[in-house]
Amino acid sequence: MDLALARQVAASVLDPELPVLTLADLGVLRDVAADADGIVVTITPTYSGCPAMETMRMDLIRSLHTAGFDRVRVRTELSPAWSSDFISEDGRRKLVEYGIAPPGPVDRHSGPVPLTLRPPVARVCCPRCGSADTEELSRFGATACKALRRCLACAEPFEHIKEL
Amino acid sequence: MSFDNAYESLVEDNDETHWAYGTGFVDILSDVDHAVPDGVDAPKLAAYCLLLGDDALVMAQRLSAWCSWAPELEEDVALANIALDLLGQARLLYTRAAEADPSIRPTAAPAHVPAEDALAYFRDELDFRNVRLAEIDTGPGPAGDFAMTIARLLVFASWRLAIFARLTDTADPVLSAIAAKGIKELAYHRDHAAQWTIRLGDGTALSAERMRAGFAAIWPLVPELCAPHPSDLLDPAPVAAELDDVLDRVFAAARLRRPEVPAMAGVSGRTGRDGVHTTALGYLLAELQHIARSHPQAVW
Repeated sequence: MDLALARQVAASVLDPELPVLTLADLGVLRDVAADADGIVVTITPTYSGCPAMETMRMDLIRSLHTAGFDRVRVRTELSPAWSSDFISEDGRRKLVEYGIAPPGPVDRHSGPVPLTLRPPVARVCCPRCGSADTEELSRFGATACKALRRCLACAEPFEHIKEL
Repeated sequence: MSFDNAYESLVEDNDETHWAYGTGFVDILSDVDHAVPDGVDAPKLAAYCLLLGDDALVMAQRLSAWCSWAPELEEDVALANIALDLLGQARLLYTRAAEADPSIRPTAAPAHVPAEDALAYFRDELDFRNVRLAEIDTGPGPAGDFAMTIARLLVFASWRLAIFARLTDTADPVLSAIAAKGIKELAYHRDHAAQWTIRLGDGTALSAERMRAGFAAIWPLVPELCAPHPSDLLDPAPVAAELDDVLDRVFAAARLRRPEVPAMAGVSGRTGRDGVHTTALGYLLAELQHIARSHPQAVW
């Protein structure tokens, strides 16, 4: 069994909602291994309710079948929980080219989650013109992982991957 | 090979048949070694995962009713997204509950229905263990309004976040992982509700009055959240203290007073965690379950 090929195939499967990113770029592909029963791919969900997980699972199985791997299992691993910090540098560049602002670094804390009573003042640059003069339109967007913003310099709305 | 959208893959030749109402035949936690660790009381763990799952499922059903009825389009999307996060938590918790104690699977569910769907669709009202706060009708519709919905969401998300933050190092690694994942989602829900509470509470005379009335309407069900119960895996006292602190800070910023409304009594002291619910839950479950129960063998 050609494990290197299986890794390459799994790593090139595209995210169903952000089809410029591979599952590897997005940081949801945890591992590709082989055991006595075939190829075992491990993925982690972005959000608990992300409906794209089932499609990712099917796409992985289909791609690996097409590449000649008959026996493929996809397992889910929850820990450590996915963070937007897992999106690769390459993935961030592709997101900007696609018109989506990548997430900034995630604030780390331990113990009780601090209450923030004002909208976070994130510095998010417009993926179109690069201006940092942008504002949040909606904290929730078309998918669980995105918020909606607008650029005050070029007036274009754009999506932003939320820090998680 | 990949597909441009999820629908395309449905018409592709494949031998995967899906149960029509739930999640297909793949368990969400499929194919992982999920043995319950030594020293963990498996039936107690299952019961606890089940009640946390019930809170999330029932709350998700209520929130998703707002989609297309919220005051603005962005809020349709927001409440639907929050509902989706909670539905995802319910799926993980139900799956874990059935792994820990397979005997909780309702016998009414056909064999091909995954455990998570069996628990969601084939249990009766008396078997649900959600707190009553999650089930009451806060609108859309004449029973409530957006302010009451936000009031309930603020309390629910703050309370659940305080619980999940304390579950990240339980003896069961799967429950801990579910909690660690949920914390990030719940913190976002709580902040969203807090910002609306401040905007409305510290807004116009009308918005402030609606926000005040919203909290007053849901407040009788708040004491139940942290009342000690035999099913607890956690000491409820620190959860209650954190909830109080968070709510007081939001109330102060929103220029609202903490309501002074007596608690809604249970029936002989029994409440949602004992399967004793308000009339609202039966109607909610009828809507949630009746198609699946009417056509349990349907597949696509």
